[in-house]
Amino acid sequence: MVGETSDAIIRVRDITVQFGKTRVLDGLNLDVKRGEILGFVGPSGAGKSVLTRTIIGLVPKLSGRIEVFGVDLDAASAAERRGVERRWGILFQQGALFSSLTVRQNIQFPVREYLKVSQRLLDEIMVAKLGMVGLRPEVADRYPSELSGGMIKRVALARALALDPELVFLDEPTSGLDPIGAGDFDELVRTLQRTLGLTVFMVTHDLDSLYTACDRIAVLGNGKIIAAGSIADMQASQHPWLRQYFHGKRARAVMG
Amino acid sequence: MRNPSGLRGYVGQGVGILSGEPTLERMARDNALALCAAGPWTARFAPVLERMVADAEKLSGTGPNIFIDVSRVSKLDTFGAWLIERLRRSLTRGGVEARIAGLSANYSSLVDEVRRVKAEPIIETDRVTITGMLEQVGRSVAGIGGTLIGLVDMLGAVLAATGHVVIRPRGFRLTSTIHHMEQVCWRAVPIVVLITFLIGCIISQQGIFHFRRFGADIFVVDMLGVLVLREIGVLLVAIMVAGRSGSAYTAELGSMKMREEIDALRTMGFDPIEVLILPRMLALVLALPILAFLGAMAALYGGGLVAWLYGGVEPEAFLLRLRDAISIDHFVVGLIKAPVMAAVIGIVACVEGLAVQGSAESLGQHTTSSVVKGIFFVIVMDGVFAIFFASIGM
Repeated sequence: MVGETSDAIIRVRDITVQFGKTRVLDGLNLDVKRGEILGFVGPSGAGKSVLTRTIIGLVPKLSGRIEVFGVDLDAASAAERRGVERRWGILFQQGALFSSLTVRQNIQFPVREYLKVSQRLLDEIMVAKLGMVGLRPEVADRYPSELSGGMIKRVALARALALDPELVFLDEPTSGLDPIGAGDFDELVRTLQRTLGLTVFMVTHDLDSLYTACDRIAVLGNGKIIAAGSIADMQASQHPWLRQYFHGKRARAVMG
Repeated sequence: MRNPSGLRGYVGQGVGILSGEPTLERMARDNALALCAAGPWTARFAPVLERMVADAEKLSGTGPNIFIDVSRVSKLDTFGAWLIERLRRSLTRGGVEARIAGLSANYSSLVDEVRRVKAEPIIETDRVTITGMLEQVGRSVAGIGGTLIGLVDMLGAVLAATGHVVIRPRGFRLTSTIHHMEQVCWRAVPIVVLITFLIGCIISQQGIFHFRRFGADIFVVDMLGVLVLREIGVLLVAIMVAGRSGSAYTAELGSMKMREEIDALRTMGFDPIEVLILPRMLALVLALPILAFLGAMAALYGGGLVAWLYGGVEPEAFLLRLRDAISIDHFVVGLIKAPVMAAVIGIVACVEGLAVQGSAESLGQHTTSSVVKGIFFVIVMDGVFAIFFASIGM
């Protein structure tokens, strides 16, 4: 299930995370390969977001080992860690845009902090990133509170991509979008993955996303990865939750 | 500066990355000038790349034919692709379109993507002018009127909600009121008592120190009694409550407004004034007199203690003198002011809370202005009361 592949960009080994007495992740193993879009599914409350937040270091773990770009994040020095952080981008579930900065300032923020480049290049890159996520340059001077839900997700994605990361974490990118908007977003992630050579770690509930955007799917249950593989593998699986998920009423509707 | 050393080897699969810095060389090649880009053209090297591209842009219009050779670029991202595109555009301006040669298939979609970027720089129109400054002053002055109207508006809404609750007592939220009483009254007691105690000590010590020169030590009791019961007790406590509970009210209501919780209440058929603001106002109006009373007692106790230990005024002499010096009027004057000040603080805090817009910055601004305006209006009210009580001879 989890092979020791040399091109794994994220390598998670025996991760245990516990909140109080509830064990959320229990000896979990996972590899994400370079250049793939990994869809991460599981029942609500199974700990999908917890795993994402553990990998990026927002949730402390009880035991286990996490390597990103081959760097062990626990053993890394502050400088090494910053180096890793500069190479990943994160799209939070609610966007997490800075509410007192405009769209322009939100996207330019990481670039301005890490690179000493001219304001002109900052502006041009900002327009390019907005274009990549399908937004017009006119939204640049709006504040996050003046944007619609879908636009917030897009701007947040543009900010996650601002420094041209090699790895992006997307936490439920299509939740709260209309089906057409969600479809566009999946298409967008696919296109960006092709053009920028991204590796994408996508937590999702959206069956459409799994079918159209993902190369590989990992399923979380009881604090472990219960299955990982292509969409065909998932459909062939006999696991009761997977059977219900991929053969339920909604799944049949998606497959047509 | 930032040094991602040790990570270098992981940056790309290609070997080209290890060759180090990106370059842009000029080479003459059969009647044309080739600009050969090589190495990693990525965000990390953006400052260097920008300088190289700016230099190369000066070639625009000098030679007959210029093209950009990117075949030796080992890695390309949006920054690199855009800078190449920017170079291409400025070289094109001469009339003949500059070509990009040797583009690998991997990067062609990225280059196509940046080709669509419209490069008109967006200018932020944020200039400081004299008229602009005057306009700002005018708006601020007009804003004062708006503030007053807002306060009266909220006062009316709160009174209407009170009337509603009186007619239909089941709509009254007792649990919520008790909860807020605990927050603004019970939990405030230690800090209020401590601060007023210390202030009482200080007034007493200063009074004795200066009165002693005239041999009038004992008059410190008169000063302490009148000052604490009439003015300092209630004023100080009101200022503390404005800072402690007014700010909390604004922050609570403001973040509820930001998350559309108040809209949700309204759509469910509840009046936010009745559900959220009335219990808070009532808690505050009940709490401030209690706190003011406790504060006054603590200040008198502190003052008496210092008068005894520092000034040698025996406690019994202190109490006798206090009984002569103050009448019940002083005490009543102090306590009448308390609920009115509480209402002012509460109304200011709620108006500011509901005025919060979407951003965290706005929440901070309104919380600050809640405390500042609350304290300002408390002092104004105190002045109005002083005139009123003086004219009715209390």
